[in-house]
Amino acid sequence: MEVEAGLAGAPMEEERELSNRVICQLTDSEGTPLGAPIFLPESAGPKELQQLVNKLLKNEEKLPYAFYVSDHELVVPLGSYLQKNKVSVEKVITIVYQPQAVFRICPVTRCSSTIAGHMEAVLSVAFSPDGRHLASGSGDTTVRLWDLNTQTPLFTCKGHRNWVLSIAWSPDGKHLVSGSKTGELICWDPQTGKPSGNPLTGHKKWITGISWEPVHLNAPCRRFVSASKDGDARIWDVSLRKCVICLTGHTLAITCVKWGGDGIIYTGSQDCTIKMWETSQGKLIGTLKGHGHWVNSLALSTEYVLRTGAFDHTGKQYSSAEEMKKVALERYNRMKGSAPERLVSGSDDFTMYLWEPAVSKHPKTRMTGHQQLVNHVYFSPDGLWIASASFDKSVKLWNGITGKFVAAFRGHVGPVYQISWSADSRLLLSGSKDSTLKVWDIRTQKLKQDLPGHADEVYAVDWSPDGEKVASGGNDKVLKLWMG
Amino acid sequence: MPQGDYIELHRKRQGYRHDHFERKRKKEAREVHKRSEIAQKALGIKGKMFAKKRYAEKAQMKKTLAMHEESSTRRKVDDEVHDGAIPAYLLDRDETTRAKVLSNTIKQKRKEKAGKWEVPLPKVRPVAEDEMFRVIRSGKRKTKQWKRMITKATFVGPSFTRKPPKYERFIRPSGLRFTKAHVTHPELKCTFNLEIIGVKKNPNGPMYTSLGVMTKGTIIEVNVSELGLVTPAGKVVWGNYAQVTNNPENDGCINAVLLV
Repeated sequence: MEVEAGLAGAPMEEERELSNRVICQLTDSEGTPLGAPIFLPESAGPKELQQLVNKLLKNEEKLPYAFYVSDHELVVPLGSYLQKNKVSVEKVITIVYQPQAVFRICPVTRCSSTIAGHMEAVLSVAFSPDGRHLASGSGDTTVRLWDLNTQTPLFTCKGHRNWVLSIAWSPDGKHLVSGSKTGELICWDPQTGKPSGNPLTGHKKWITGISWEPVHLNAPCRRFVSASKDGDARIWDVSLRKCVICLTGHTLAITCVKWGGDGIIYTGSQDCTIKMWETSQGKLIGTLKGHGHWVNSLALSTEYVLRTGAFDHTGKQYSSAEEMKKVALERYNRMKGSAPERLVSGSDDFTMYLWEPAVSKHPKTRMTGHQQLVNHVYFSPDGLWIASASFDKSVKLWNGITGKFVAAFRGHVGPVYQISWSADSRLLLSGSKDSTLKVWDIRTQKLKQDLPGHADEVYAVDWSPDGEKVASGGNDKVLKLWMG
Repeated sequence: MPQGDYIELHRKRQGYRHDHFERKRKKEAREVHKRSEIAQKALGIKGKMFAKKRYAEKAQMKKTLAMHEESSTRRKVDDEVHDGAIPAYLLDRDETTRAKVLSNTIKQKRKEKAGKWEVPLPKVRPVAEDEMFRVIRSGKRKTKQWKRMITKATFVGPSFTRKPPKYERFIRPSGLRFTKAHVTHPELKCTFNLEIIGVKKNPNGPMYTSLGVMTKGTIIEVNVSELGLVTPAGKVVWGNYAQVTNNPENDGCINAVLLV
């Protein structure tokens, strides 16, 4: 596009043709401007803007970008957009660019297999961070590992005495921990399906959530934190096989726990508070108050990167722990940028709060709009969007940085239980009580694909980090794998 | 039992007998056998009383033993695996099962069909016919007795015209005709004077309903447009049911409670 290159130095001659050109200022999502304000022809569209940004940033490979003018995405050429929205051409227009994922995930359309095996409802489903293994915990007290290539059962891990409520993979993919209704945790070896040792006891009531320490803080992965109904969270070490620190302070059950990338543990509880803990001594750093009822779910802006660790869409395997740590740290820093980590919490009082815990103890934004309790909140992998699933049968999309409401996805006829993002942040998956899963497109903000097939409520959904498969389990005791 | 402390004084000064403790021990050991002998040999009322006392003692002993045993054994955590596994986020929530919801809706539909409503006064004293009607003699010789006069409060409606007196069987005296009722809202606890629109159902029988007789327990329809109630759709509610709570023929007014 030669027109743009020559524009910067010759505004005077084109004065008469100003109606055809617009002054624009490109800024990134944090507000720092990229270059000086430029004249752009009105026929410039997202493709041309993309080339321009790539050139200005001196990227070696052409990375895709999405452009936003005053929070609306720019999909048509500038001219028609300005005319439609009646934006004045006198002022400098700020165009915010945001990098998109290089890879594009195909939406899943069909159920490739229905694998029976569990004798009771499937309560939780998780893909390993490298996307090669799939584990599910169920009400029949077993954890089952499934082979993704042949789509058949691989191992049945027996050992729990009651329902397996939550499972979590370590970010390096070497350990799988499951927590049960009796309060015990068992660590499994995913290669053999055998427990790595005795069950870890300590909690008095059931386990509500498990979160591993990020691999960029400590590699190989040793520690994880578990939250329980009895109101305390415990940090365990798998190599020492015991509870290292017990974090007490909540007065009622802890409903969710997340280990943040800066080494702080966030716990949300039924006593309407979120507490932040420091991990070396187990001291309470601060309490975030504001909710009026139980805090149901927490999400961190860097959560996806922490979950996948050093693995990304290229599918590269790492041999040494040091290498993994380095790569994971790089990915984490790139994802986080210079902004502080953001935390969003969804509660029974129908609202969500966006916090920046490193900055202030007061919430940044209050996100209202749901008409029933918010069950699950999830940041998109690139941290730009927040999705919330609620019992009012809708999934709402919010801006991940400011917390402003963007769109509501309606289509489910029953409470929406869980959501999951695709690795490129373009597609969102939701599973609900009405036994269907729905894939929503973020770009068009509409329903992309409806996935019926389950016979009963869908309790758990997960999208594999390599984006190829979706696994879902529910009350009908079968595990369904969906493919594009 | 000694009155005074002379035995203790003697013991302090002179000490115990040389075989006192041994004799005491042996006597106590023999107690058990003695008790058992009494239990077996006692007859009549004495035996019965002793047996009763003994039984109470035995039961108490058993209880204390069981209590002691309980604390010595270790209590195991509830090990049963229940059906109906639900994920952690649903565990603390008391959700009605779908079966319950369906059965509730069916029950409600059945009730509506049968016309059985939940009313504040479910049962009322039945009114006999001779209490309700008074025989009016008519004719030249006052021998004809086919006319009846209603002795209870009635509602006739604004467009009511009597049948020709010669053919009128049921006489509703104008003194006992009422147009307004004092209706109480059960939640707001305030009473309004509202116009009666009609008599919906009299528990004593369909004949009384058609005559418009209002006794205690009758369901009447009242004009509630004064209250300014609005339906969820936005329309103004102007008619609502109320149940009569007093005996209007005794009081001279109709008191009713609104059915919400």
